[in-house]
Amino acid sequence: MSSKPIASIAGIGWTDYNRNSGRTVEALALEACRNAINDAGLNVNAVDGLVSFSLGDSVTTAVVSTGLGLSKMNHYADFSAGGFMACGIVMEAAMAVATGQADYVVAYRALNGSSGQRYGGAEFSRLLADHGVHSDAEQQFLDTAGITMPAQHFAMLCRRHMTRYGTTNEDLGAIAVTMRAHANDNPRAQMRDRRMTLEDYHSSPWVADPFRLLDCCLQTDGGCALLITTPERARDLAQSPVDILSGFTSAGPRNRGAMWGNFSPDSNVTYAEHHADRLFSRAGIDRKDLSFAQIYDCFTYSIIGQMEGFGLIEKGQAGDFFRSGAASIGGLLPVNTHGGLLSEGYIHGLNSVVEAVSQLRGDGGKRQVENAQLGLVTSGGATSTGSALILARN
Amino acid sequence: MSIFYTEYPDPKITSLTRPFWDGCKHGRLLIQICDDCSRYRFYPTETCPECRSEKFTWAEVSGKGQVASWIVIHRSPDPVWQSLSPFVSGVIEIAEQPGCFVPGLILGIQPDQIRNGLKVQVEFEQTGENTFVPRWRAIPH
Repeated sequence: MSSKPIASIAGIGWTDYNRNSGRTVEALALEACRNAINDAGLNVNAVDGLVSFSLGDSVTTAVVSTGLGLSKMNHYADFSAGGFMACGIVMEAAMAVATGQADYVVAYRALNGSSGQRYGGAEFSRLLADHGVHSDAEQQFLDTAGITMPAQHFAMLCRRHMTRYGTTNEDLGAIAVTMRAHANDNPRAQMRDRRMTLEDYHSSPWVADPFRLLDCCLQTDGGCALLITTPERARDLAQSPVDILSGFTSAGPRNRGAMWGNFSPDSNVTYAEHHADRLFSRAGIDRKDLSFAQIYDCFTYSIIGQMEGFGLIEKGQAGDFFRSGAASIGGLLPVNTHGGLLSEGYIHGLNSVVEAVSQLRGDGGKRQVENAQLGLVTSGGATSTGSALILARN
Repeated sequence: MSIFYTEYPDPKITSLTRPFWDGCKHGRLLIQICDDCSRYRFYPTETCPECRSEKFTWAEVSGKGQVASWIVIHRSPDPVWQSLSPFVSGVIEIAEQPGCFVPGLILGIQPDQIRNGLKVQVEFEQTGENTFVPRWRAIPH
């Protein structure tokens, strides 16, 4: 018996996801928010809260509040954070409406991740340190070791997993190919028209061995948004509500930075090990009840670390799981039905929450999971910080 | 819009980390050791992550260690690093304490020959007027 919902998601919105929007991030954020509000059938004057997260590459809630012309701002929060906060801002909005601070809160993320601030290099290192994602005592040792982009951090974690559990590039390739197949059935996906075979994977260039280009997500221009309200209010809006049963924004207790896993003896332990059991028990569900899982995939390995951490697969079994078709649409537990950040696009993970809502409404089109009732969404690259949601069809 | 390193980056040194970099200038690898529980730690922190003590010493270590993880960097957004590619960067477990890791470039070995546990020795490369950076050279066996 699942638990009483904390809040409901009543609207979703997104912009085109592409490599060069030619628009300001402000324009992208406003379009995504308006689309979510319109999707819910709500008048913009009713919206009284905004939450978002960024790494110095977005527009604040103050800018969006003004741009939308809100008549009140009863709750706002701007987080400086990496993708580990994507589910977290939805939970923040849920807490705001559950505690009566606000009635209708929009959670959004927008960025020109391809044509604007890229995630790598000197400027990005500064952003990580200045925005508190890394300790200022950490970044200096990474920069001087040539480690200036996320693919390098996660490749290092992946190597340890390979050494310890026998994970191979065949396994990573099976994940990448599965993501692409899902994206090919997703009109939102940047890679909707681009097929990928395992041979394509193996012939893609090395970025940071053990990662090839096709182990990395798509730096993307775009935005997406969700409208969160109380379950009671959601019932009166245009869409069938999707309920938030439980969620968290959490970390390991000794998490000292984004690359901390590489300085830790438990380098392949993620945030999920610490919090998964409570997430499922608060939702009142078992893992086997899940209809699908949207697992944050900035890199292929991220799926492995988190699926193990959430107890969805055994250590070292990810490759077999994906090769068997268990993670495909129609399989035991479809993973990233939109094609993930790897093949839909990198709206910093919030687009995976949007996809979960589409699935639970039954709007997944060719990629729809049959009779989708319960979904897990996670954010976090398989390091010691992350957030997650359990969502249910109302 | 984005900014990239065209020369070797200088570390953005803080008062906490200055002894480490001063040690490098003199060819010494200094790692924080807790005065109370005698555990080494890296990267630098103000309190001991194991016992919460605020007392520590920068202790010189042997500079010997073994490779705990590594990547072969083929593409970097930074021109200075791209010009070196392919090169190997890794995480070294220092000989003095299992579970204490220091990152750095790994030199003196073909990337496809590197294995977990490969023995390495620290050396220091001058990368700027006042900057010496630890690098790790494979020890031939």
